[in-house]
Amino acid sequence: MADSKTAMSTPVIEVNNVVKHYGSVIALSGVSMKVSQGEVLCLLGDNGAGKSTLIKTLSGVVRPTSGDFLVDGKPVTFNSPRDALDAGIATVYQDLAMIPLMSITRNFFMGREPLKGIPPFRHIDFKHCHTVTHEEMRKIGIDIRDPNQAVGTLSGGERQCVAIARAVYFGAKVLILDEPTSALGVAQTSMVLKYIHQVQQKGLGVIFITHNVRHAYAVGSRFTVLNRGKTLGTCAKGEISIDELQNMMAGGKELQTLSDELGGTI
Amino acid sequence: MAQIEQQTTVAAKPDERIRQVGFLTHMMRRPELGAVAGLVLVVVFFFFAADPSMFSLSGLMTILAPASQLGILAIAASLLMIGGEFDLSIGSMVAFTGLIFGALLTNFGQPLWISIVFTLMLAAVMGAVNGQIVIRTRLPSFIVTLAFLFILRGLTLVGLKWATGGSTQLRGIEDVVGDGLLRQVFSGVAFQPLFNWLAEHDLIEKFDNGVPKVAGVPVSVLWFVGITGAATWMLLRTRVGNWIFAAGGDPVAARNSGVPVDRVKTGLFALTACAAALVAIITVLDAGSTDARRGFQKEFEAIIAAVIGGSLLTGGYGSAIGAFFGAIIFGLVSIGLTYTQFDSDWFQVFLGSMLLLAVLFNNFIRRKVTGER
Repeated sequence: MADSKTAMSTPVIEVNNVVKHYGSVIALSGVSMKVSQGEVLCLLGDNGAGKSTLIKTLSGVVRPTSGDFLVDGKPVTFNSPRDALDAGIATVYQDLAMIPLMSITRNFFMGREPLKGIPPFRHIDFKHCHTVTHEEMRKIGIDIRDPNQAVGTLSGGERQCVAIARAVYFGAKVLILDEPTSALGVAQTSMVLKYIHQVQQKGLGVIFITHNVRHAYAVGSRFTVLNRGKTLGTCAKGEISIDELQNMMAGGKELQTLSDELGGTI
Repeated sequence: MAQIEQQTTVAAKPDERIRQVGFLTHMMRRPELGAVAGLVLVVVFFFFAADPSMFSLSGLMTILAPASQLGILAIAASLLMIGGEFDLSIGSMVAFTGLIFGALLTNFGQPLWISIVFTLMLAAVMGAVNGQIVIRTRLPSFIVTLAFLFILRGLTLVGLKWATGGSTQLRGIEDVVGDGLLRQVFSGVAFQPLFNWLAEHDLIEKFDNGVPKVAGVPVSVLWFVGITGAATWMLLRTRVGNWIFAAGGDPVAARNSGVPVDRVKTGLFALTACAAALVAIITVLDAGSTDARRGFQKEFEAIIAAVIGGSLLTGGYGSAIGAFFGAIIFGLVSIGLTYTQFDSDWFQVFLGSMLLLAVLFNNFIRRKVTGER
């Protein structure tokens, strides 16, 4: 279903031959990828493949040295994360999404607090904030008794979900998830993956960065594999098996040998 | 879509591992709890150990006057601490702005209102400079403001000698400031008619000639209460308040969410310096003079009061009401010991122990709040 949609609409984000140099280091040497609405694009790659640099480019943290960057088919240049946010591209970072000591409500509306009253007595409309937070949390299956409780009391998976819910609530068109499952246990991972699926169903584009092929295969519609700053290839779900994907990501042979040595446990 | 809704409603059943949060735990989450508990302890101690006159109206005013001056600084310090920074130059800033204020009035013959406005503006600029240095160099604010502790104290000495022709005390402010409404806002006592009326009706103590023993509430106490209220409202209800918590809690996450962290911190440094200037104006007008030792060690006392009030040294957590109680505890102990049999030199021992206890307690509370184990 997602594939038929993909074929019809212009991609929300498309990058062609993006190059990024940090001084003498070539972090990206020609990466191309695209993501459409209602699809989960998994960005796979081992350490040093250029995943982080690509995300930073997409989320406006760094500017590419060269290459095309299109949002909704129109070329864009982002100078700051704020520009990317305004364009509907929200990035959820692994640890840097939430402030543990602050309440769920305060975190949810951080930077976008709804105000009421007249200056100088303008203040945050907490009643509205609590209602929204409660409702949004209920939708993703986290029952919070008290939106005033600190985010620190939530589990890692719940925190990721809250961060994603926040991005969705504030109208993101594309979500970039930076290894949202890498620090989580099995149950929490499935919670996050389930939620990514829900977000996809809502028609958002998702870029899911991971180096866990199983997690990618569980929710992905298409897979783009990066290796040493280049796009190795892009496959749709039906076209590739989980093992092939694994090999492609690790650069083929060596891992196969290693995997055989370890009795196929990787 | 309907299927998802159903799915999630099922998933939303209460988690059996979450304990029902009781009233007590709920109260424990309040950052000012430690300060309130400390206040109760201290009051009980003095109730038994001290002369009863300590808790008379005049005794309380004797305690509240210094407590309120420290409190104004402590509230600003706690806001800055919640925002994740320190200012060790507050005490020296009191002395320096006191000198500027005094010199404007006497040496330059400026009217009171110009002197006040200029002093506050200068303080704001200097605070902002402090903040910008911290932000741009990314040095710890501890070091940057420690440098300013000495720079400002030194400048005050040099400036005083220049302004007075060699002395370290600037006198004669009383003579150049006329009596007026503006002066009454910053010095003396308030509610005098009320206290007179109360004395007439024998509701409060009075001297033999019918004058009440306590003429009124010192204006610094009113400033203290007012600033506590304003700071609490700002912290808990406004957008800026949310940004202060965010900036101190995790500046990177805050920036990622679009919070102008640098602007918030610069503003807080400016606010802290203004609080120091306000204390300088109040004390200079009250004493009619200023000297080089004004505000000595007040930076530490303010930070201690803020910590007793539940502010975390690492930022992101704390309260203005806590600092309010912290300052009152401070005043109670420093003045209260003179009402007891104890040598008042015990004060510093008490202070240090109190600080240590408060920090331990705060850490415990933080673990409770964040669910760390």
